Amino acid sequence: MEYVRPKALGEALDALAAFDDPTPLAGGTDLMVEVNLNHRRPDVVVSLRSLDELRRWDDTWIGAGVTFARLEGADDPALAQLARTVGSPQIRAAATLGGNLGTASPAADSLPFLAAADAHVVLKSTAGERRLRWDEFFVGPKQTVRRPDELIVGVELPSRPERQAFAKVGVRQAMVISMVSCCVLRDPSGPTRVALGSVGPTVLRATDAEEVASQAARLTDTDLDEFQRRVSAEVRPITDHRSTAEYRRHAAGVVARRALERCLR
Amino acid sequence: MNVNGRAVTADVEPRTLLVHFLRDDLGLTGTHIGCETSYCGACTVIVDGRTAKSCTMLAVQADGAEITTIEGLAADGELHPVQEGFWERHGLQCGYCTPGMIMSAVGLLSENPDPSEDEIRHGIEGNICRCTGYHNIVRAIEYAAAKMRGEEPAPAEWETQEVTA
Repeated sequence: MEYVRPKALGEALDALAAFDDPTPLAGGTDLMVEVNLNHRRPDVVVSLRSLDELRRWDDTWIGAGVTFARLEGADDPALAQLARTVGSPQIRAAATLGGNLGTASPAADSLPFLAAADAHVVLKSTAGERRLRWDEFFVGPKQTVRRPDELIVGVELPSRPERQAFAKVGVRQAMVISMVSCCVLRDPSGPTRVALGSVGPTVLRATDAEEVASQAARLTDTDLDEFQRRVSAEVRPITDHRSTAEYRRHAAGVVARRALERCLR
Repeated sequence: MNVNGRAVTADVEPRTLLVHFLRDDLGLTGTHIGCETSYCGACTVIVDGRTAKSCTMLAVQADGAEITTIEGLAADGELHPVQEGFWERHGLQCGYCTPGMIMSAVGLLSENPDPSEDEIRHGIEGNICRCTGYHNIVRAIEYAAAKMRGEEPAPAEWETQEVTA
């Protein structure tokens, strides 16, 4: 295994272009587990640790190198809430937003927030820059349109409402991969966006449910019932070793409703 | 890198894990290997002020870093308050998770000197103990937190609770 340690973004992009199938390494919380389990044997690892360019973070931009430990202090309530639930302190200190995007697990904790916020993923290579909406970037479980020579440099966040909530379901409070995760963003006047993870090949938006929730500033119990029913109808879960499709479908409606109720308070 | 205050220079294979480097090259076997998948926390060390799982980190990633392992806590034969807390409040049984658990507690207390019980449990959520049920570990960390703030730790529960048989 070759280990390349670029000192700046330009050097990193050169390295990614120079090798055949290079593997970018940020916090390593996904990659190193795969390596230890012998699921992956990377020939060339490009370390992103020294790239200060990836650590920039403001209201409209989160650099790919920002760790979940830093995101715990986010002004966006849902982003702070989800960051707090990632892994454990050791994992949050190492794991980065860019890594979460690059691994593209359907269960990745940050993705419901990014999908609900309609974030764009920005990729750079020696050939230039691409800016892709979240649903153009993720194409399947652990599959994205990133080319091997491209680096995820960050996400652009459009303006978003302050009423936000994140919730997830797992078998323990920590160190588990969620069975359902959900983020709701709501403007007090009504407009609502709801995104769910772990219940489809990629993170998804429940647009029929959004329609019900968005219709009014005040929602009745009947509206909430209908919202919950639509979320359960719209998700596309599978049965695997973590949960059954039936449970996930039910839980998706329940957690989405709870997240919405938190936004209404 | 600097390990427990000592400068260390070595040539390592890129694929060498930090935990193997610490144990095999430096002989610091206090850091344990548990799951090798970042799950159990037995391998926890402090890298540049923050806890890290050394089984899923390459030694080369720690190039230039300041590392503290369990061996670096006690100064001149005097136990670190967290070590003392685990001793005084019986925070261990088999001891396998203990070095990692102690390093996580040290990391937690460096960020939050006066944690609530919930905050302690949240702080050690990345460390798994199969013996104790965590109860005495939480008490041990409370003991250490009080000591480190210069306060008198609360008496042990077994000294204050009445036992009826």
